[in-house]
Amino acid sequence: MNKTVNPNELTSDDDYGPLYAARKKVYPQSTSGTFRRIKWGLMAFCLGVYYFLPFVRWNRGLGAPSQAVLIDLPNSRFYFFFIELWPQEVYYFTGLLIVAAVALFLMNSVGGRIWCGYLCPQTVWTDLFYAVERFVEGDRRERMKKDKSSGLTPRRVFEIALKHSIWLMIAWWTGGAWVLYFSDAPTLVKELLTFQAPMVAYIWIGILTATTYVLAGYMREQVCTYMCPWPRIQAALTDEWALNVTYRYDRGEKRTSVKKAAELRALGEHVGDCVDCYQCVAVCPTGIDIRNGPQLECIQCGLCIDACDNVMTKIGRPTRLIGYDNDINIQRRQEGKAPVYRIVRPRTIVYSAIIAAVGGIMLYTLATRSLLDVNVLHDRNPVAVRLSDGSIRNAYTVRLLNKSGYDRVIAIDADGPVNATIHVVGVDSVTPDRPMIVIPRDSTSELRLLVTAPAQSNPEKSIPVRFRVTDIGLGEAASTTDNFVSP
Amino acid sequence: MTDHHSDIDSVSGKSTTGHEWDGIKELNTPLPRWWVISFYLTIIWSIGYWIVYPAWPLISSHTTGLLGYSTRASLAVELSNLETLRGEKMAALAAAPLADIEKDPALLALARAKGRTVFGDNCAPCHGSGGAGAKGFPNLNDDDWLWGGTLEQIMQTIQFGARSGHAKTHEGQMLAFGKDGVLKPDEIVTVANYVRSLSGLPTRNGYDAAKGEKIFTENCVACHGDGGKGNQEMGAPNLTDKIWLYGSDEATLIETISQGRAGVMPAWEGRLDPATIKAMAVYVHSLGGGK
Repeated sequence: MNKTVNPNELTSDDDYGPLYAARKKVYPQSTSGTFRRIKWGLMAFCLGVYYFLPFVRWNRGLGAPSQAVLIDLPNSRFYFFFIELWPQEVYYFTGLLIVAAVALFLMNSVGGRIWCGYLCPQTVWTDLFYAVERFVEGDRRERMKKDKSSGLTPRRVFEIALKHSIWLMIAWWTGGAWVLYFSDAPTLVKELLTFQAPMVAYIWIGILTATTYVLAGYMREQVCTYMCPWPRIQAALTDEWALNVTYRYDRGEKRTSVKKAAELRALGEHVGDCVDCYQCVAVCPTGIDIRNGPQLECIQCGLCIDACDNVMTKIGRPTRLIGYDNDINIQRRQEGKAPVYRIVRPRTIVYSAIIAAVGGIMLYTLATRSLLDVNVLHDRNPVAVRLSDGSIRNAYTVRLLNKSGYDRVIAIDADGPVNATIHVVGVDSVTPDRPMIVIPRDSTSELRLLVTAPAQSNPEKSIPVRFRVTDIGLGEAASTTDNFVSP
Repeated sequence: MTDHHSDIDSVSGKSTTGHEWDGIKELNTPLPRWWVISFYLTIIWSIGYWIVYPAWPLISSHTTGLLGYSTRASLAVELSNLETLRGEKMAALAAAPLADIEKDPALLALARAKGRTVFGDNCAPCHGSGGAGAKGFPNLNDDDWLWGGTLEQIMQTIQFGARSGHAKTHEGQMLAFGKDGVLKPDEIVTVANYVRSLSGLPTRNGYDAAKGEKIFTENCVACHGDGGKGNQEMGAPNLTDKIWLYGSDEATLIETISQGRAGVMPAWEGRLDPATIKAMAVYVHSLGGGK
């Protein structure tokens, strides 16, 4: 990464330097501290939700899925606890994506790459895979030594096999959990174990096992550096007030060894706190040196803060030589001024306002949405029909949506044309001019509705007509308007 | 091109690509090796693709590939799968008594969906995409039927047509009273006005109603019936209602009476299978005018 090319390495055939760069493998060292604890906590939470959510049950009554979160593709339904969404309500997902995107912007303007460092699946799974690697093969130095030595002792073979087995098991469980969101989880687990699950389930588990294994086991920081667009976007979104993992030049420089620093301090000279121990580099999962300033590769996981704090504590210097700080303070500290922080500023206000507005609109529409709906489409050809007695008939395709969990008896009224009669094809209604039909729960019914009215009562070319559908049991109603047209 | 051997950026210490725009030089940032290897792998993959799938155009055809795949063949398979899939439903439709189809929401939906498609393919050129009809081609949405508007009558008309040449076709036509010399021109004008009066349309000044009625009784009642109520046995339209196949103005009526009318509806039996004809009868009936 960012390898500086020595001009002498360029041959005459190689005018433009090397075409590709070999990857420098990263061996992050384990560390402990505040940020490591936060990362463990978030990892447990995120993975816990991901792996176990499909098993959470939610009672929706007989015949309806009892899974709290379920994407039911064959029936085009999405279930989320008490919410059931239909395909035409996909705008809730649009809203959710807007909120998610702006939340990402807000995180970025407050605390830099919080998403990248703590929450991104790539980071979480890579962190987990590193933990497995450390558990099986040992810490940084041991792993480097083992990779360098070419001898394959039985113990080494066992280690490699064990590491990859655990990785594959995690990857397999990751893929397995994914498919559980698309079908009843306990049933599917049973089918998977007895090899009776549909082929598509095995294929998806295979694909996601492969991607998890490759991305978290091998690609790791390369995904963030080369594949992910977010580092580029966030670099354009960030400003001088955003908190980033930062090395304090004013405190750190000049770097000196512990011993020499003590001597110089005794003489009253200014020396830096950085003792050049390279612990921040050793723990970095992307293999960079934070002391070189903000870098594209840095995912701001805060592990270098923990590593540095541990060293500072040991040598009796104040902690947070590396810590969350902003661009402005780098400048101010060097000028000897006190640091300033500003979380509330125009962009964070705007981002918060957008989140509140979109979230509010979504909650409002969700809370007030009707479980009974009606759509009407007027016949286009012919728009109107003259009957032999001179009266006019318009035909409409009516779609009734019953989103509730029970069957409904629906009465249809059409208000508008004078002295009109309405009839639904295939329905012999006991109540003349107010057809009644049964719509099974959680389904739609498409009906052909005929409205007939005497021409002399309706001389206008076009009259608005309101279709009202009423659940005669509950009184719940929905309506829509169209036109009644004369030929 | 300048010499790039010593083209090293002084700030970063990295080599440049030698490209320079207004003093800004592009640093050489090499791709990761695995990325380049992935690129080569896609090229190798494409070669495999050429071998097993149709790929290269030849003069009059193309390489077919080892798998023998063709989109046309896969379409045929998909279509036959669809036929199989629909087989059961269409069999249920074929088995159901005609009168019961509209009472069963599932069968009605199937018949309407099937009927709408087949109607668009076969009937729309004359009757219009929604069955609105045109001059000489009946509107199928209204309640005025030449050959009857019950389900059975509609199905019969679709099966055998009108004046189609089929053995069971509807026969009967409007004679050319003028061309054949049965009525004189002034008699035609008189009877045309009489016909207009049957449905309450205004008549020409000085027209002799009694004479018109006499001509009508002598020449028209045989088919159109007493009072011009029509006769579905012969396809003779009701002349007392508001619906006119060719037009109700005097000129059109004179033309109709002089030249005669004999529109043709083809027979669909043999061209469409029985279940489809049944679906179409239900569809046309459900347009709104069915009796």
